[in-house]
Amino acid sequence: MTTLIAKSPPARRRWGVSRLQRRNLMIGLLFISPAIIGMALFTIVPMLQSLYYSFTDYNILQPPYWVGLENYEDLFDDRVFWIGLSNTLIMVFLALPLHIVFNLVMAFLLNSKIRGLAIYRTIFYIPSITPVVASAIVWMWIFNGQYGVLNEILGWFGIQPIGWLTDPDWVKPALIFMGAWFGGNTILIYLAGLQEVPADLIESAELDGANAWQKTWSITLPMISPVIFYTIIINIIGYFQYFTEAWVMTANREGAAGGPANSAMFYSMYLYQNAFQQLKMGYASAMAWILFVIVLIVTALLFFTSRYWVYYRSEDN
Amino acid sequence: MASTQTFSNNLRLFVAGDWQHNRLIQERIKKGIAYIICTLMAVIYVFPLYWLLTTALKTDAEVFQLPPTFLPVDPQWQNFQAATEYIPFWLYMGNTLIIAVLTIIGTLVSCTLIAYGFARIKWPGRNVLFIVYLSTIMLPTQVTMIPLYIIYRQMGWIGTFMPLIVPSFFGNALFVFLLRQFLMTIPAELSEAAKIDGASEVGILRHVMLPLLRPALATVALFTFVNVYRDFLGPLIYLSDQNQWTISLGLKLFQNMYGAQWQLMMAASTLAMVPIIVLFFFTQKTFVEGISLTGIKG
Repeated sequence: MTTLIAKSPPARRRWGVSRLQRRNLMIGLLFISPAIIGMALFTIVPMLQSLYYSFTDYNILQPPYWVGLENYEDLFDDRVFWIGLSNTLIMVFLALPLHIVFNLVMAFLLNSKIRGLAIYRTIFYIPSITPVVASAIVWMWIFNGQYGVLNEILGWFGIQPIGWLTDPDWVKPALIFMGAWFGGNTILIYLAGLQEVPADLIESAELDGANAWQKTWSITLPMISPVIFYTIIINIIGYFQYFTEAWVMTANREGAAGGPANSAMFYSMYLYQNAFQQLKMGYASAMAWILFVIVLIVTALLFFTSRYWVYYRSEDN
Repeated sequence: MASTQTFSNNLRLFVAGDWQHNRLIQERIKKGIAYIICTLMAVIYVFPLYWLLTTALKTDAEVFQLPPTFLPVDPQWQNFQAATEYIPFWLYMGNTLIIAVLTIIGTLVSCTLIAYGFARIKWPGRNVLFIVYLSTIMLPTQVTMIPLYIIYRQMGWIGTFMPLIVPSFFGNALFVFLLRQFLMTIPAELSEAAKIDGASEVGILRHVMLPLLRPALATVALFTFVNVYRDFLGPLIYLSDQNQWTISLGLKLFQNMYGAQWQLMMAASTLAMVPIIVLFFFTQKTFVEGISLTGIKG
């Protein structure tokens, strides 16, 4: 930093801004112009448009027709909307914490200096990069109530066959189980975080007589709390938009999806059906905006609480 | 594995009541438990891929055999050949590759420029704008999906690859973040020296930063490839014409249309996974570095 200031030419100031600063502003904006154009074209304008559509009746073929709050009122009485919302919230508030804790435990285990780490790492990572559709096909077959290998294996332990994809009570557990398989990359993110925890911190705690729990609670977890926070944010957004896994597992040739008794009907699936199967663009836009507001509230709450549990090392960069 | 020897060793130490070694034993027990759980989980993680491959090698009759066979009685290797004819496999792979290559080019060019502007040039308002830009990651795609569909439709882009490719030329906030993190670690002296030699910003980016940025760009290219390859919702919305389907979309819609020829669907899915898994084994280091870059510095 000091060298940079020393080497900078003496700035001639005019209106409080030096020529160098103005030149840098121009060049800087030029470099990031794709981002600015992209944000305007693919984010801000469509956002405002969908807000407008949410107050209209719009089927693409005829121009949008203003209906005020009607879409929102109709949603309030729409049973499937509430099913989709509650299913999605179950994923966010049940599957997500399970996902975080499970992956954290796995990362801790892998971090205990075991041999063959590279092999384990590869095994846990690969499912997360396989195409969801390709993997879901084998999962459908594994979960099959009649011919599925999962029921066969559970049968060895005397467990009665379960209709994983046909029993409304078991569809979500099946999806969460499959989701864990797809989410092994989080283990690697935590593992990378754990390996960054300075060894001397742990050693000095040991010298002070800290036991394993104390070391974990007072040093390791706080040190990787930013990583945990990051994965929570990324996964929350992912779970609110939960679509592909459930769609692939439940959609049939008529385009109906959602599993038995809508037990696997998630918010984004119902939104997709309204928008692209029934061409109720206004209705679907209202759904999108409700989702957006919920995501905003949840992430804002997370960011707000983060100051109480996320520990940032004061870094120079 | 010399685990039996280790075990008897531990037992001897324990029986001898050698308390000096007590801690050592505890460590070994803990490690042993870690091994057992990790190995068990690894088996569970590998199993679906194993089941995919073995089902792909079964005959139609063996697929429905009860109890299921854990090894195909007579491996049907020709199932793979049959699968590429059962669904237009190579057409879908070709489509996916075209979209992937163009998206990678767009992402690399745009994200490099944007990241450079955010990391290496100091201008007022830079940090605020960067946070605004990053926060767009949190916007659910559903909010922009419908208006974008309508715009693309007016432009005649529905049923073409354009809606899937064009946005990549306008940057991707997550990858910009990754590249920016990387660029921030390069000492300022390097650019200053080049500037004194009369290099422009573009010159610095090309001749000084780009060579250093190569590993990070490889990570971005890889992750982009994986994203395109896995994408389902995008192709589902925009690719109306069967001849333009990607492999992900094609696999699903084919399964819907022609019912379950399970062994052939499994064979096609196995083939669809091969490029990704091969790619991973050749570029493991790049993947792992990318994970640390996105994860840790977050």
